[in-house]
Amino acid sequence: MTALAVRDLVAGYDPALPIVRGVSFDLAGGAILALLGPNGAGKSTLAKAVAGLVTVVSGSIHLRGTPLGDVPAHARLRRGLGFVPQTDNVFAGLTVAENLAIAAAILPRAGRAGRIAAMLTLFPDLAAARRGAAGRLSGGQRQMLAMARALIAAPAVLVLDEPSAGLSPKLVGVVMARLRDIAATGVAVLLVEQNVRAALAIADHALILVEGRVAHAGGGATLRDDPAVAALYLGGRHAA
Amino acid sequence: MIAQILVDGITSGAMIGLGAIGLTLTYGLLRFANFAHGEFATWGAYLALLVAGAIGPADPLGPLTFGWPLLAALAASMVLTALLAAALDGVLFRRLRRHGSAITLVIASFGASLALRSALEFGFGPQPWYYTRDIAMTVRLGPGMRATWDQLAVLGLAIVLMLAMHLLMTRTPLGRAMRAVSENPDLARLAGIDPARIVRVTWLLGGALAASAGVFLGVTVQLRPSMGFELLLPLFAAAILGGIGSVPGAMLGGLIIGIAEAASVPLAGAQYRAAVAFVVMLAMLLVRPSGLFGGRGG
Amino acid sequence: MSGLASYACFFFTVALTYGVATLGLNLQWGSAGLFNVGVAGFAAVGAYAAAWLTAAPAAGHWGGFQLPIALGWIGAMAAAALAAAILGAITLRLRADYLAITTFGAAVTIELVALNAQTLTGGPFGIAFIPKPFEALADRPLAFGAANLALVAAVAALAYWALERLTGSPWGRVLRALREDEAAAASLGKAPDAFRLQAFVIGAALIGLAGAMQAQFFGFIAPDNYLPVLTFQVWVMLVVGGSGNNRGALLGALAVWALWSFSGTALAALLPGTLQARGAALRVVAIGVVLAGVLLLRPRGLIGERATVSRHISG
Repeated sequence: MTALAVRDLVAGYDPALPIVRGVSFDLAGGAILALLGPNGAGKSTLAKAVAGLVTVVSGSIHLRGTPLGDVPAHARLRRGLGFVPQTDNVFAGLTVAENLAIAAAILPRAGRAGRIAAMLTLFPDLAAARRGAAGRLSGGQRQMLAMARALIAAPAVLVLDEPSAGLSPKLVGVVMARLRDIAATGVAVLLVEQNVRAALAIADHALILVEGRVAHAGGGATLRDDPAVAALYLGGRHAA
Repeated sequence: MIAQILVDGITSGAMIGLGAIGLTLTYGLLRFANFAHGEFATWGAYLALLVAGAIGPADPLGPLTFGWPLLAALAASMVLTALLAAALDGVLFRRLRRHGSAITLVIASFGASLALRSALEFGFGPQPWYYTRDIAMTVRLGPGMRATWDQLAVLGLAIVLMLAMHLLMTRTPLGRAMRAVSENPDLARLAGIDPARIVRVTWLLGGALAASAGVFLGVTVQLRPSMGFELLLPLFAAAILGGIGSVPGAMLGGLIIGIAEAASVPLAGAQYRAAVAFVVMLAMLLVRPSGLFGGRGG
Repeated sequence: MSGLASYACFFFTVALTYGVATLGLNLQWGSAGLFNVGVAGFAAVGAYAAAWLTAAPAAGHWGGFQLPIALGWIGAMAAAALAAAILGAITLRLRADYLAITTFGAAVTIELVALNAQTLTGGPFGIAFIPKPFEALADRPLAFGAANLALVAAVAALAYWALERLTGSPWGRVLRALREDEAAAASLGKAPDAFRLQAFVIGAALIGLAGAMQAQFFGFIAPDNYLPVLTFQVWVMLVVGGSGNNRGALLGALAVWALWSFSGTALAALLPGTLQARGAALRVVAIGVVLAGVLLLRPRGLIGERATVSRHISG
């Protein structure tokens, strides 16, 4: 079943000047879809529109078959959509445990402790820092905490906005491997990335957005081997 | 004499702290300085006067000047003032938040403050009111240190309320959610918290605590229509001193302002008390605008 | 008939003094985006300065220099400007809402000084026998009123003209650019703080002048005249007229002063004698409700801001 279906989506901060201008795709459970493209192409705006943080001008977003149009952002986690923003993605003034408890609060009371424990098993780094302020975590640990927070309610779809930003190449590898593991449990992963190589290495499919529209689409491996794509997007600073 | 300054300063500082908690919370959450917050204290005091009057007289409790009706009135007035604060947000501030700047909100709150105060003045007149005409009995706490039993009772109640508030903020899911929304509203929404609900709860709590400050001020001093407005500058000073958004900061800031005001009396005379808060606040803004507890100022 | 005409002269005279204060606030808020909640404080500084400079010596207070009224007004502007310069130098670099709180605190402190520094200000009794302009005409009410109106109208017109020139000049365009996009304007090499401070000081000088003119027309001042409700009145005038627009500022002053005066008359006529003393409180409630209504229903005021020219400079 399609976990996330986006049809002819037009979205932006100013309805007169939409940044995403007609994007459609389907994402199945267990699959990873990478959203790639140059700066300002609309990748992050698309992800935020899915999360409910950016106004949808026209088009539709369906989560497991139900439209998200009128669902406010705060109700989307409950519907099965987890979102990891690029920056400020943990509550720095709260402890790691409190960060997790906040998202767990939408679960039935009896299930909360178990899910928090499951997240601490999945991200062992966090277990040790549990009582400390999230603001004291390293960049990689913050990313893990943000992912754990988004995953704690066992969402059907996990959307990540540039999880590799600011991380060392080694940590990028760790994060990507973790995403692969997460997808393997049946979660649909929508991955917005600047780091094209890292994203294509784990993506089943990829869309390349240019000026708010899909410029290329295909399987992760296909795009990786496409000389045109390589010339356009794989050169330069991500060629490491 | 220094001991006496401490007693007076701590008592009035506790009331300032109670009022400042609500101010700092709405300020941190909604990013606007609510000039009407002092009026919640005034309304709380007068609503308690009405409720206590409706209940009728009763014997005072031990050495205090008031009996159980005032305690019941305190509880009722906290509830009613909480509703008043939430209603003011509902009819005025929430609509302006949707399409106004933070400054529009401040002007609106300034207007709401004058309107709320003037409405009370119309209803009760400009003259002071008292919960009771009994003379407060004093107790000797130590060499050169006296307090009225009323002061001690009020201080005790204020400490209980502050502790309850502190526990609510640090130990309960609601407090956790309030801190989360205050720190990062967008992320809080992504984490499943409905910000509108948190805003409502914050107004309710802030209104209730301000009402308690107003009742305590009425018990230890008197009720006047301008009592809350005169409290406004100390409240802002306490909130800024402690760091905008910080509950323990507001309590500590209130204590510092209260003691500074009391200490200024022998130096500059009681008539300049209100200016002390202004001077302390200005000094804090110059030295460390984010406050002692590093709130969201600066 | 001549009674009504004198009253009309008096009404417009007072309204125009508020108009000058509103023009000053409009420069601070409408043009520079500076949120001054201490209007009453600057008006008080101007009023007391003018009273000290122009009144005859009296036992109850300081001053008594008996200078010409024109010098009193210039002194009032200078005193308010100085107060604004000191406060602004400390607070203008802070966030807008902190400026609001500190200007509010300054106004409260100024009121406390006016109330308690008896040897300077006469304390709660204030300063009386402040000379009025055209005192020679005092026994002919209509001529007296008309002369006063002509004087304040000339001052208001001068202030309006000067502000129009100022806000239309490159200086005014930088101010607007700063208000809208500080980073863009700062990147043009404009020091934001200096421009803001200038606008704050000039605006305060106009508010001080308004305070001085009122002191001079009423002939009597007391701390009661400078309560926060004065600040509120001037703000309502600006918001109702439409901030960012000098004509709106004057129009708002007229409209709100009319509402204020007539609501006072109406309450006096309608309320029973026992409630008369409290009627003033109802007026404040009424004007507060008007403000809330305007903010909610017509946020740009009667006359909104004209399309700004700042796009050219920041674009």
